[in-house]
Amino acid sequence: MRLRRLELIDIRSYDRVVVTFGPGVTVLVGPNAQGKTNLLEAIHRAATGSSHRVSGDGPLVRAGSDHGVVRCELLGDDGRRRTLELEVGVGRRTRTKVDGQQVRRAADAVGALRVALFAPEDIAIVRGDPGERRRFLDDLLTQRRPAFGAARAEYDRALRQRNQLLKRARGLPADARAAAAATIDVWTEQLVTHGTQLIAARIAAVRALSGPVDRFYRELADRPEPVSIRYQASAGRDLGVPDVTEDPSLVPDPAPIADAFRAALAEAAEDEFARGLTLVGPHRDDLELTIGALPAKGYASHGEVWSLALALKLATVQVLAEVGDRPVVLLDDVFAELDTTRRDRLALACAGFEQVLVTAAVEADVPLEGARIEVAQADGLTRLRPREGAAGAA
Amino acid sequence: MYEGAVQDLIDELGRLPGVGPKSAQRIAFHLMQADTADASRLAEAITQVKATVRFCQRCWNISEAEECRICRDPRRDEAVVCVVEEARDVVAIERTREYRGRYHVLGGAISPIDGVGPDELHVKELLGRLDDEPVEELILATNPNVEGEATASYLSRLVTPLGVRVTRLASGLPVGGDLDYADEVTLGRAFLGRRELGV
Repeated sequence: MRLRRLELIDIRSYDRVVVTFGPGVTVLVGPNAQGKTNLLEAIHRAATGSSHRVSGDGPLVRAGSDHGVVRCELLGDDGRRRTLELEVGVGRRTRTKVDGQQVRRAADAVGALRVALFAPEDIAIVRGDPGERRRFLDDLLTQRRPAFGAARAEYDRALRQRNQLLKRARGLPADARAAAAATIDVWTEQLVTHGTQLIAARIAAVRALSGPVDRFYRELADRPEPVSIRYQASAGRDLGVPDVTEDPSLVPDPAPIADAFRAALAEAAEDEFARGLTLVGPHRDDLELTIGALPAKGYASHGEVWSLALALKLATVQVLAEVGDRPVVLLDDVFAELDTTRRDRLALACAGFEQVLVTAAVEADVPLEGARIEVAQADGLTRLRPREGAAGAA
Repeated sequence: MYEGAVQDLIDELGRLPGVGPKSAQRIAFHLMQADTADASRLAEAITQVKATVRFCQRCWNISEAEECRICRDPRRDEAVVCVVEEARDVVAIERTREYRGRYHVLGGAISPIDGVGPDELHVKELLGRLDDEPVEELILATNPNVEGEATASYLSRLVTPLGVRVTRLASGLPVGGDLDYADEVTLGRAFLGRRELGV
């Protein structure tokens, strides 16, 4: 799909701007702190329901204003035109409209615009803590299957309730504990029901990613070693479902996962009461990344980390494109972080994408043909000036 | 800040659910400009509600007598009891005119975050009714969210061993809607709850 036109009113450093984008590559060029990332952030927020920089929509509104608007005009792969509009207010819920109709839940708008964003922070997927890798998987799944977001919210709710119960029962003598935790079994059951859905969906995502990640890594890295990714469940190493299947899009059978999850919870019961915390479940799972025979975290060099993070992101573009529209690729300040060989290899991969929006402080860093828009601030407000070419702004 | 009585009224209104400071102010000014008779009627209605309305001693529905209208009605089937979270759920189910049994209002759902466990709900009273009344079926009509499901599952574990048939309201597709508009979760549940088409 393509983002044809973007309008921002009172968003971050923009008071009002309208910009049109053509197919292929558009590079937003300008010195740092002028508003390039703000633009990509707004697009990413509209597409996924959350910002990659902050939680909550309040900070998106331009300082001094009480609400802002993000309006996207989209062109689907099937030629269908759609609009996606966000009205963001300080201290109130964001209103989202698809094709002029207000959606009941924010999750219903996810998927109208599909994006894959890559920013320098993304090396945390390889280097950071497990939470970063869970978020990477969940962001992909939310865009691939809108219902995943709902399942995730229900799991989080059941988890909070169960933790609260465990916290209250912590340190009580056995008989008082039984009374305080009389409902622990039903919360365990809720946790297993919703958690199993998350684990199954994530395993399916890992299966779908593993082939493309390996291929993209070999294309990007200096030493083309094989890369493997594997879902590491806190419920146990063996969930009774295969890591790899002939049909990578297959969602694993939930029954054995639920059994393993339930058994692991039963085993951890004493620990959980002692610590007042749920110790097993998708909220503690991880993604195991291996380059050659070594775990990427802790062993990979800086260049390998970058190549793997890029390969993971490029693989998500492909996985998303397998079901539904091809996503718009957003590259936020990525080229500056790469050496010349990797820049060229990334540029080569970008050539295959429907639409790519790139930000860069130094134009020479980006070895890509395509439209250029200059980004500069005047009096604290960002102005966009397209150079002669495919793109135009008003 | 306004003077004395006006600010008091705004503060009181602002404590109501769903009423923010702006709305409280608007309602207060509306009441000040309204006829004295209209304002008195509202005040009287509030006083009356607190003085006369209480909870049915059998099913904990809102009632003006010892027992509510439904529990007093001899035509209602004693063998079926529908368990709901709130009294307003009774009203919603009554509107369907499909149900001829009795009710039991729990007064909420199990939610450790809000400090609500079985003891805070009318669960003991429900078990008492199963002892005293010839109940054959318990319909669990708690909300189809995490807390409602947990409550239903808790009650089911408690009651099933007593030999009472326990059923749960189906969740699925809205009537009159299009299949392709249903979200995946709802559609998925509708598949799980599918039934034979009788001939």
